[in-house]
Amino acid sequence: MSETKKFLYVNRKAPYGTIYALESLEVVLIGAAFEQDVSLAFLDDGVFQLTRGQDTAGIGIKNFSNTFRALGDYDVTKLFVERESLDERGLTEADLQAITYEDENDDWAEKPSIRVVSRAEMADIMASQDVVLSF
Amino acid sequence: MSTLHTVNKSPFGNGALQSCLKHCKPGDAVLLIEDGVYGAIAGSALAAEVRAGLSDVALYVLEGDVKARGIDAGKILGEVKSVGYGGFVDLVTSHDRTQAWL
Repeated sequence: MSETKKFLYVNRKAPYGTIYALESLEVVLIGAAFEQDVSLAFLDDGVFQLTRGQDTAGIGIKNFSNTFRALGDYDVTKLFVERESLDERGLTEADLQAITYEDENDDWAEKPSIRVVSRAEMADIMASQDVVLSF
Repeated sequence: MSTLHTVNKSPFGNGALQSCLKHCKPGDAVLLIEDGVYGAIAGSALAAEVRAGLSDVALYVLEGDVKARGIDAGKILGEVKSVGYGGFVDLVTSHDRTQAWL
């Protein structure tokens, strides 16, 4: 087995206006099978992907927001959300759906996957990756 | 450890360049390709914002994309370096990672 690399999936697009957001999630789920160190970044309009209460019944498009809650089962447990991007769009963390994972190293305690970080922290996260995939 | 950022959208219709510049680290490079090259025009409404982001970040444009769009070399910001496809490859290999801003 080759060594583990740090992969960051950068999400900067709103969920339903273009196919980027859904494609990103598909690639994350595929990539999770390769047991790499995976993180997701949500900034700019990408923060809209995580809002709670999405209902796509009226637009004939699959609502894939529920799928984010399955990421923990694939050991994808780091979803970094940029605070400035939330602020600029009139959102707070309370507007985002709760996404959790069960920590196998802590008696399967349920822990939040979403971590709100500053823009400076996001820049540091980006600069610490081996591979950055943008959507 | 440094990053090459590529931007392929015009900053006049998309926030990719502005967001990119806000996430650069000292020593990083930004390469404008495709419609991204419009971000390098001197005297534009965004030129001051672009130049402010360049204190410790190098800015490049892909020459073929500039010429294709009829942008005179004299209209490009003075801090910007022009590269061809070979230079693009050199930038990729001389940085630790490449991050696309779409």
